Amino acid sequence: MKNSLKLVAAALAVVVLSGCAVKPPVPYDYTEYKLSNPKSILVLPPVNKTPEVRAPYSMLAQVTFPLAESGYYVLPVSLVDETLKENGVTQAQDAHELPSAKLREIFGADAALYITMTKYGTVYQVLDSNTTVSAEARLVDLKTDKVLWTGTATASTAEQQNQNQGGLAGMLITAIVKQIVGTVTDQSHPMAGLASQRLLSAGRLNGMLHGPRSPHYNKEADKPR
Amino acid sequence: MSTLTQASTRMPTRIKTLALLATLLALTGCANKAPPPLYGWNGYEKNLDTYFRGDRESLDTQAKQMEDNLQKIRAAGQATPPGYQAHLGLLHGKQGDLARFQQHLQAEKEQFPESETFVNFLLRKFKTK
Repeated sequence: MKNSLKLVAAALAVVVLSGCAVKPPVPYDYTEYKLSNPKSILVLPPVNKTPEVRAPYSMLAQVTFPLAESGYYVLPVSLVDETLKENGVTQAQDAHELPSAKLREIFGADAALYITMTKYGTVYQVLDSNTTVSAEARLVDLKTDKVLWTGTATASTAEQQNQNQGGLAGMLITAIVKQIVGTVTDQSHPMAGLASQRLLSAGRLNGMLHGPRSPHYNKEADKPR
Repeated sequence: MSTLTQASTRMPTRIKTLALLATLLALTGCANKAPPPLYGWNGYEKNLDTYFRGDRESLDTQAKQMEDNLQKIRAAGQATPPGYQAHLGLLHGKQGDLARFQQHLQAEKEQFPESETFVNFLLRKFKTK
């Protein structure tokens, strides 16, 4: 009896200890980011790797909010886009390949944000339909060409639908209603807004840092998380 | 006896007041925690989306809407978000109103000195034309 108790205790201890050992995630290395200390961000038109034509501009229209509220000056996205197009840069991929010196000369930004859209749209299944938007981003210092930060984010309508189906009939009805509603009201655009906020709001785990116009600027813990 | 019954009838109202107070405290506690936004957005990102789609409203309608919202942002004592003035300038400029284009770009530069290089580039470009 006593021996088996000891065994259980030992097993528990092992479980608890190994649980602790696995926990701490690798903290993001912000050395270059802090050294660069960008004040203004130039967001280039996103590269589209989805079949939806609307994906990049749906995103571009919604990047200013999270970045500005995080404390950065965001160059006017519409005028940046117009300027590129007027100078013959009509493809996002070409814009992403422009030399940093040229971008600095015209736009005068400290850093550039390169976004790639990887998912945008609704997948219809027999019993359900889900709208998902995913994007990747890379923040680059325009003076040194150093990568300051990279991140990815996803937002999906599936997140809210994991409960209350009410049997097969209920599921079928929800699916049909969602297919109708889903096509009429564009759910991808609000999901892109959510993905943008998850991707670009400062203060998230491994996310962007706060910029100089935020009250949280320079208050990010230097201590390891 | 009568005082007892009185007390027991009062109790629920006291509890109600307490509950109300607790809710109020909880709510204001939450309100205090969320920092106020740095800018008054008033549909700016929706304006950008409409502009990019290019098939919803005329440039004139878009500009008027943004002028109206600009007054609302100012009346609320808020700051216009980065790019707001510049985008409004673009809407006027596209309709041939160069004076307003320049005026709003200047406003962008005054509010955000970070925009100086780009705004000067745009002003130079549109003066020589």
